Amino acid sequence: MKKYWQIIKGYKTSLLLSPLLVLIMVLCETAQPMFMAKIVDNGVMLGDLSYIIRIGIYMVLISLLSLVVSIGNIYVSSYTSVGFGTDLRTALFNRIQQFSFSDIDLFSPASLITRLTNDITKIQMVILMSLRMLLRSPLMLIMALFFVLRINRDLGWILAVSIPVLSISLYIILRSAFPYFVIVQQKLDQLNEVVRENLTNIRLVKSFVREDFEVDKFERSSGELRDIVIRASNIVITAFPILQLVMNFSILAVLWFGGRKVINSQLQVGELISVVNYLAQILFSLMMLSMIIMTAARASASSERVLEVLNKEPSLTNTPEGVLNKYRVHKGEVIFQQVDFRYQDGETDVLHEINFSAYPGETIAVVGATGSAKTSLVQLIPRLYDVTGGQILIDGIDVRDYNLEELHEGVGVVLQKNVLFSGTIAENLRWGKEDATPEEMEEAARAAEAHDFIISLSDGYDTLLERGGSNLSGGQKQRICIARALLRKPKVLILDDNTSAVDTETELKIRTNLNRMLEDTTVFIITQRLNTMQSADRVMILDDGQIIAMGSPDELMETSEVYREIYNSQQLTL
Amino acid sequence: MEQEEMTTGKNMPKAAVRTLRRLVSYLACDRPILVGIFCLIMIGISADLTGSYLLRPIINDYILPGDLSGLVRMLTILAGVYLAGIAAVWIRSYLLNRVAQRTVHRMRRDLFEKMEHLPIKYFDENQHGDLMSRYTNDIDRISDALTDSLSDMFSSVLTLTGIFVLMLYISPVLTLVALITVPLMMLSARRIVKKSSRYFKAQQASLGDMNGYIEEMISGQKVVKVFGHEPQVEEGFRVKNQDLQDKSLKAQFYSGMMMPVMQNLNTLTYVFITIVGGILAIYRGFDIGGLATFLQYSRQFGRPINELASLYTTIQAALAGAERIFQVMDEEPEPADAPDAVTIDQMKGEVALDQVYFSYDPGKTILKDINLCIPAGKKIALVGTTGAGKTTILNMLPRFYDIESGDITIDDISLYKIKRESLRKMMAIVLQDTHLFTGTVRENIRFGRLDATDEEVIEAARLTSTHSFIKRLQHGYDTMLYNDGENLSQGQRQLLNIARAAIANPTILLLDEATSNIDTRSEIRIQKGLDRLMEGRTSFVIAHRLSTIKNADQIVVLEYGQVIEKGTHQELLDRKGKYYSLYKEQFG
Repeated sequence: MKKYWQIIKGYKTSLLLSPLLVLIMVLCETAQPMFMAKIVDNGVMLGDLSYIIRIGIYMVLISLLSLVVSIGNIYVSSYTSVGFGTDLRTALFNRIQQFSFSDIDLFSPASLITRLTNDITKIQMVILMSLRMLLRSPLMLIMALFFVLRINRDLGWILAVSIPVLSISLYIILRSAFPYFVIVQQKLDQLNEVVRENLTNIRLVKSFVREDFEVDKFERSSGELRDIVIRASNIVITAFPILQLVMNFSILAVLWFGGRKVINSQLQVGELISVVNYLAQILFSLMMLSMIIMTAARASASSERVLEVLNKEPSLTNTPEGVLNKYRVHKGEVIFQQVDFRYQDGETDVLHEINFSAYPGETIAVVGATGSAKTSLVQLIPRLYDVTGGQILIDGIDVRDYNLEELHEGVGVVLQKNVLFSGTIAENLRWGKEDATPEEMEEAARAAEAHDFIISLSDGYDTLLERGGSNLSGGQKQRICIARALLRKPKVLILDDNTSAVDTETELKIRTNLNRMLEDTTVFIITQRLNTMQSADRVMILDDGQIIAMGSPDELMETSEVYREIYNSQQLTL
Repeated sequence: MEQEEMTTGKNMPKAAVRTLRRLVSYLACDRPILVGIFCLIMIGISADLTGSYLLRPIINDYILPGDLSGLVRMLTILAGVYLAGIAAVWIRSYLLNRVAQRTVHRMRRDLFEKMEHLPIKYFDENQHGDLMSRYTNDIDRISDALTDSLSDMFSSVLTLTGIFVLMLYISPVLTLVALITVPLMMLSARRIVKKSSRYFKAQQASLGDMNGYIEEMISGQKVVKVFGHEPQVEEGFRVKNQDLQDKSLKAQFYSGMMMPVMQNLNTLTYVFITIVGGILAIYRGFDIGGLATFLQYSRQFGRPINELASLYTTIQAALAGAERIFQVMDEEPEPADAPDAVTIDQMKGEVALDQVYFSYDPGKTILKDINLCIPAGKKIALVGTTGAGKTTILNMLPRFYDIESGDITIDDISLYKIKRESLRKMMAIVLQDTHLFTGTVRENIRFGRLDATDEEVIEAARLTSTHSFIKRLQHGYDTMLYNDGENLSQGQRQLLNIARAAIANPTILLLDEATSNIDTRSEIRIQKGLDRLMEGRTSFVIAHRLSTIKNADQIVVLEYGQVIEKGTHQELLDRKGKYYSLYKEQFG
């Protein structure tokens, strides 16, 4: 909840102004029945027309005042609630940006998306409703109570009984409904995920003719959502009938006790009528209150989900050393010392006792069977994950002592999944270097053997990439990703099997270019291709999370049976 | 893509009405319940009005004269009336909730079903996040409107009518006074409506846009991290967030105005009635009880108007949301099968491409004059530089995209004369990117053939050398996969893809870089399996590995969308053309 306060602090003025405006509105409204009573008792009963008109004019003026003030409050409440929602969304999004890879793995993308939009909208609604209506109820209550007590103290007791009864009932309802609303949002997450997967995998769905199967899957998920919402609502809808019950019986009580008082001349008729009117006003405002409470109930689940993300401290941040020091990666020497690694929820080590040194400018091919943790190993270098044992040194300094920004500046990574974003090719390339000049972009693109195909496109570098590059082939995307990383001119470069979709001729050219361009760069290249291995300075063979062989290709040919196996089994590639 | 309906002036009410009508048609399925709800509303209103009406006799006939026992009697009757009203409201809410959720469920389902049958082009061109937004944010607006607004709208209109009648009954003169402000109300209402509906539409669109951005960024979060691009991404977000803020503020403000404006006009009415009523009471002997009741009614008259005003916001948002949903539903689905399309069974799998031309965008031809003939059960390797059109050809076969001119035939039957479903059932595709669903490993493999038995799943896995790594997983075949198999390596995911294709038992196999992410030693193991898989099936293979290509029955070399060489491995070597030069690079 503290986080909310930090955000809403900025709207202090509105938070103070709004109740004030509402107070004025309430005063105006509650005064009306009082005036009306006066008209009846002092005007009509006494036959005083001028009195009636005079009071009437007061009522009109007050009404106009109320109008102006209401519109003012509408603006203030809209501004505050929308502003709060916006700021909360920003805070949430920025928090997600701070997340490390492990943190990202904890929440599914669909769930994060739901929280950023759907959940926040629900919270926003509550704030809006609260600022517009929530304050009225207690204020109306107080005003109405005040007027009623002023008219006749005894009748006030009726309200003193009914209001607490009501409050307790509403509280119980809320408590019971809350757990259901949490589940509702979870089901919404699931639904979102089904949709998202279908959108991503549509080719597969169509090719296996699974449309109907997926529709059934969706229908089930949607049905579950429907059912849980109904169950939650069933609890919440009891609020209004209970409210009505209490208020109606209050009216009965007033008519009885008040009626008797009128008969005994302890109360005037006009006053009785206005008390009944006040009850009506109270009913109306309490109705609003129950509506807000229902919305709040639904939103409270959303609030939990939002806070869950907001309150999650990123697991990988700059260490105190990292903040202080501004080490830069100079030479690109990488040393692994007794490195162990396992994933956050992993049960066994994925990497075990990894020891090696990579000299500046060296090219090391990382090789191993599928699932031997090659990717995990290289991702430790730029601290995408932290080691669970041992340490990694770059230029003699523990990677944890580097500032993350400098670290990412010095260590370039091209991930396995080639992700490009909506925008032009140039914009995507600039992810590597914000202020890259066209010449620099061309140089990087040429090195990645991408320049030629880019300029063959009608808009060249300004070609708009549709939705993550669906208008490019896999190999083209890969090459742009490589160019993007090259623009950084990193001292250490990690290539995670990135030329798999590229034909050998092109791949050879890319490698040659890289060797030329990045002579001083230490390159780790995860690969399957013999050609790549053969042209590396050294090859590291991983198996089951451990290094089983490391040396130059020639050395390994002689000393490593596994390498010989690879060599012989290896088909040359076209 | 997005067809912006010009919603200004006269056009708008028409579009809104159309959407409203369509929305209402979704409710029609629960007609009997709706009738029940309607009756309950009537009961509730009657109880409400009766309750207010009884005030007059209670005051006039029992309180003023001082008849206590009579008062007790009347109050008991009143209590009964109240209870009836409360029960009616409760049951009504219960039923209404059910109807609302069922309706919304139907809409979601229809949207999804329509969406599943849209052409691939639509998915490639539209932001996924925006589409997702329609299922959640837009549907939510409708759900809110149905639960909160539907019955209130009914009851408000009915209440207004009922009260009007009763007011007439008590005093026609005062009723006239009460109606003075109505035209003014209508006018202001109309102006507010115009403004706020425009902004609601804009708000929902902005929300969808932001959803799209968020989806992209969060899906690619790791890349963002690696490039330290967080500040830029945050900035991009800020801009969209700002836009949403702006639109939302306007929408909320203008729609929010309805209530105070209406309320105040109502209060004015109240004042006029009080004055005129007072005059009537003095000069025409209008009874106090009657005045009290009339005032109570005019208060009650105000309530439905207020309710309609505040519901108004909800309804507008709902219409904006509904429009976006209908927009997707109205998109052109994949073209229907030709009227003379046939269902095929037991095809041999002989594929022929005849003078095929294709472009994704008009004017930019990707494939030019492709002519190929592949006998049934043979393996054809597509080779060439990236972007040469290999994947495009693979897209043509299951009709993910349709050719511009020329023809593709299977067993001499044109692709376009075959029922699409039938066509796709006989093919299986393994793509470059892995695509796994949330579910167990077993379920993912079974996606290839839903009625496969557990044994068949294991068999397919064994065939493709997938079984061994699955056994080593903690829960084996029951291991849950999330987020496209995040917990597996890329190579493992691809193996599952291949197992899935294996179980489908297709006549035609399409392999697009199927083994590119698998290490070569594992690939040898798979190769045998793949060869077994391809045996007797017509296979289209895109690959770079010589082993896969070498023993193809036919190798097709593509460049810039054209076939430049065709033949077996040896033939092409002998020809000393492009293939030869590619091959030479390796051996020197």
